[in-house]
Amino acid sequence: MKAEGTMIKTEELQINIGPQHPSTHGVFRMLVTVDGETIVDLKPVFGYLHRNHEQIAEVNTYLQNMPYTDRLDYFNSMANNQAYAMAVEKLAEIEVPERAEYIRVIMVELTRILNHASALGFLINDMGAWQTPLAFGMREREKILDLFESTSGARLMCNYFRFGGVVRDLPPDFVPRLQSLLTGLPTFIDEFERMLRENEILRIRSEGIGVLPKEVAISYSVTGPVLRGSGIPYDIRKAEPYSIYDRFDFDVPIGTVGDVYDRFLVRIEEMRQSKRILEQALKQLPDAEGGHINPKARQNIRPPVGDAYTRIESPKGELGFYLVSDGGQTPYRYKVRAPSFINLTPLSDMCRGYKVADVVVILGSIDIVMGEVDR
Amino acid sequence: MLINYPFIAVFFIASVIFPFIPLIMGYLVAPKRPTEGKKSTYECGLEAIGDIWVQFRVQYYLYAIAFVVFDVEVVFLYPWAVSFGQIGVFALIAMSIFLLILVASLIYDWRKGALEWI
Amino acid sequence: MDDIVVQVLIMLVQVVVLVLAISTGFAYLTLFERRLLARMQNRVGPNRAGPGGFLQPAADAVKLFFKEDVIPTLVDRGVYLLAPALAVIPALLIWAVIPFGCLNIAGDYQACFADPATNPNLHNIFQLADIDIGVLYLLAITSIGVYGITLAGWASNSKYAMLGGIRASAQLISYELALSSAVLAAVMMAGTLSTHEVIYQQMTMWFVIPQLLGFVLFLISGTAELVRAPFDLVEAEQELTSGYNAEYGSMKFALFFMSEYIKMIAISAIAVTLYLGGWNAPGLELLGSLMTGMAGPLVGSIAVGLASFLVFLVKVVLILFLFVWMRASWPRVRYDKLMYMGWKWLLPLALLNVAMTAVFVVVLPDALIHSVALFVASLVVMAVAYVVSSRVKPAPSRSRIKMVQPEVPRRPSS
Repeated sequence: MKAEGTMIKTEELQINIGPQHPSTHGVFRMLVTVDGETIVDLKPVFGYLHRNHEQIAEVNTYLQNMPYTDRLDYFNSMANNQAYAMAVEKLAEIEVPERAEYIRVIMVELTRILNHASALGFLINDMGAWQTPLAFGMREREKILDLFESTSGARLMCNYFRFGGVVRDLPPDFVPRLQSLLTGLPTFIDEFERMLRENEILRIRSEGIGVLPKEVAISYSVTGPVLRGSGIPYDIRKAEPYSIYDRFDFDVPIGTVGDVYDRFLVRIEEMRQSKRILEQALKQLPDAEGGHINPKARQNIRPPVGDAYTRIESPKGELGFYLVSDGGQTPYRYKVRAPSFINLTPLSDMCRGYKVADVVVILGSIDIVMGEVDR
Repeated sequence: MLINYPFIAVFFIASVIFPFIPLIMGYLVAPKRPTEGKKSTYECGLEAIGDIWVQFRVQYYLYAIAFVVFDVEVVFLYPWAVSFGQIGVFALIAMSIFLLILVASLIYDWRKGALEWI
Repeated sequence: MDDIVVQVLIMLVQVVVLVLAISTGFAYLTLFERRLLARMQNRVGPNRAGPGGFLQPAADAVKLFFKEDVIPTLVDRGVYLLAPALAVIPALLIWAVIPFGCLNIAGDYQACFADPATNPNLHNIFQLADIDIGVLYLLAITSIGVYGITLAGWASNSKYAMLGGIRASAQLISYELALSSAVLAAVMMAGTLSTHEVIYQQMTMWFVIPQLLGFVLFLISGTAELVRAPFDLVEAEQELTSGYNAEYGSMKFALFFMSEYIKMIAISAIAVTLYLGGWNAPGLELLGSLMTGMAGPLVGSIAVGLASFLVFLVKVVLILFLFVWMRASWPRVRYDKLMYMGWKWLLPLALLNVAMTAVFVVVLPDALIHSVALFVASLVVMAVAYVVSSRVKPAPSRSRIKMVQPEVPRRPSS
C-alpha cells in the first residue's frame, strides 16, 4: 500500500508468471505486481506461441487447412474441424447428409466431455492437488481418445471432417463401444463431482474467487462455460442452432455468482448434458439418411467469390471461422475467432485484489489452450 | 540421565558432518560447465525486473511478534505441565490465570485485526 | 577403563548406524510415496530399477550426484551453500531422543517395562539418548528447521524463492504454536518430558484416547510444520515454481528433499511416541517372558528389542501412509486461509485442550475415569468445531447451478 502517515512503507514487487512456468498452460506470461501477496496489477502478455496460422492458411488450399485447424485447440480437434468445415460448406454451398451430421455431433459432444474432464482435472491441479483428479479425468479422456482412434486413426489430431461430411464411416463396433462408454460415464461424473464438490479446501480456493460479473463478461464478449458461469444462458447450440442441434433435448447450466466454483460446476453439468445429447444421437443415428459424406462434394474446391462466417459452441466457447474467397484454390482471408483468446482478455479484471495463488486458479478456470490463443 | 548428553553431542557432530559428505562428493563428481544462461536467476525465462530484497509487507512481522509472545508463554507452561499432577488445585488455579492472560492477548490480537491477512 | 572404551564404541556404532538407517529410511520413503501415489492415481509408479522398483532410490541418488552443480551468479554464495546443510542437520538431530524400540543390553527385557524412576538398570541401544527434557528438545529442534528454508529462499535472490522463504517462516512459526500447545497436553498426561517415560506412561492406555483432540491437532499442525500437502505453500509448484528451492540443483536440492522426508518420518515417530504408545504393543511382555524362559535373558531382551522395533515401524508407516494419502487427495490451502486456520482454529482449540486436560486430571484423579471423560470431551469439542465451521461456511446449495432452456428460435425452413 502507499505510505500514509505513520504506516510502514512497503514496496511492491513485480513478478513474471510465465512464459516458462508450470501452470500457465503453455507459454503465457503474466506480469504481476504484488504487494505482499495481493495482486495490485496484472498484465497478460501473449504471442510466444504465434505461428502464423492465419497467414499460412491463405497459401494452403481449403482442404490442406483442415489438419491445420487441429492444431488450434489441440484438445478439441473435432470441434475445430467442424467449425472450419461448416464455414467452407457455407462458402461453397455444399450439402451435408443427415448421417454425417449425426456423426459430427457425436464426435463434437465426445470432444466436449473430453475437454471438460481434462480441464477440470487441470483446474484442480492448479489448486495444488497432486495430479490425482487429473489422473481420473485423463482416464476418462483416454477412453474417448480410443474411440477417436478407431474412427479417424488419430487420437489427438483427428483431421476427421471433410467438406460435406466426414472422411470415413464409423467402424462397425463404434456404436456398442460408445454405448458402453456412456453407461460408465455417469459413474465417472458423479465420482468426480463427489470427490471434490464439497471439499472444504476446494471451496475455499474457488468460492468468491475470480468473480466475473454479468456486465463485464458481456462487455468483454466472453463466451462458453465462463459466460454461463456468470449467469447468462447463452449457448450457440440453443441461440442459433447449427447442424442438427435443434433435434436434441438438453438444458443449459448457468451459474449464479460467476466465480471459479460456478465455472467448475457448470462444466460438470455440461458433461451430463453432452451425455444426454449423445444418447439421443445414438438413438436417432440408425434412421438417419445418407452416407457419411455427400458423394457429390469435391474436396479440391474453388468456392465462388464471397465470404462466410460460421460459429459453433466449441467446448471453450464460441469458435468462429471467417473465410473470404476470391474464387481461387486458397482462401483470400482466413480468420479465426478463438474462444480461448477472447476469454482471456478479462483476466486482469478478474485477478485484481486476489492473491498470487488465485491467479493460476482463475487462469485454470478460464480453460485456455495456448495453441488457440496465439495461433 | 546426564550420561546421555555426550551422546547428543556426538550425534550433533555426526549430523553436522553428514550433509557435507554428499555435498562434497557431488562437488567432486558433478560436471561443471557453467554458462551465463545457466547461472542466471530463474524468472520464468526472462530478465528479472527490479530488486528482490525489498521492504516486504509488514504482515509477516506482525505474525512473528505475536509468535514470540505466545511461544514464550507456552514454554513457561511446560514445567508446570510436568508437575501439575502433584501440586494439585493451587497450580491449576495459578495456571488458569496465566492461560486466561494468554487467551486475552489472543483475543486482543484477533479483535485488533493483527491476525487478518490482508 | 575398558568399560568406558566399550561404552564409547557402542556410542559411535549407534550414531553411525542411526544416521545410515535414517538416510536409508528416507530413500525408501520416497519409493513408498511414489508407489503409493501411483496406486492412488491408477498408475504403476517406478518399477523398472530392480525388482518392484527396489533400486529406484539408488538410481535417483546416482543421477543427482552427476547433475551439474550450478551456482547462480546473483546468489549470496555462503548462505546459499550452507542452507541445504542447515535444513538437514535439525532433521537428523530430532532422532537423538526418539526411542524406536527397546533393546536392553544391560540386562533382561523387564527393564523396558519397569518404572524408569526406580529402575536405572536400562541401557536401551534403540534410543540414542534418553534425556529428561526429551519432548522439549524435540520441539526446539523441529522449530530450528525453518532456518534452512528461510535462508535458502533469501539467499537465492529470486522472487519465487524469496516469496517461498517468507511464506515458510510465517507458516512455520504459526503452526509451531499450535504444535507445541497440542504436545503440552500430552506432556500433562504423562507428567514427564522424557520420551522413554512418556511411553512407559502409555503402557496401560495410549494417549490417543484421552488426547484425541490433541492427536488430531498434532497431525494437522505437524503436516503444516512439514510443509507437506495440503499445506505445501512454501514449495507450491503451481504458484511459486517450487518456491524456496527454485534455484537449487544437484546434491544441494537433494539435501532439501532429504530434510523434508527425514522430518516427515520424524514427525510420524513423534506422533507414535506421544500418542500411539511408542514401540510398545500388547503381547510384547509375553513374548519377552516366553523367550527368556526358552533361551535366557539375553535372547529375551533381543527378541523384545526386535519386536518392539517392528511395532514402531508399523505404526510409523501407518502415519506416513496418512501423509501420502493426504497429498494424493487434497488441493492446496491458500496462504491467508492457512494463517487463519492456524491462529483462529488450531491455537484456540489447542489451548482449550490444555485447559480441558488440566481440569479433568485434577478433578478426576483416577486415570481411567479422566481418560474416558477427556475422550468424550474431545469428541464433543470436535463435533462443536465441525458444526461451527459449517455454520461459518455453509455447504454449497444445489441451486447454485440453474438449468435453463433458453428460447430456441426455429430454424428457417430451407
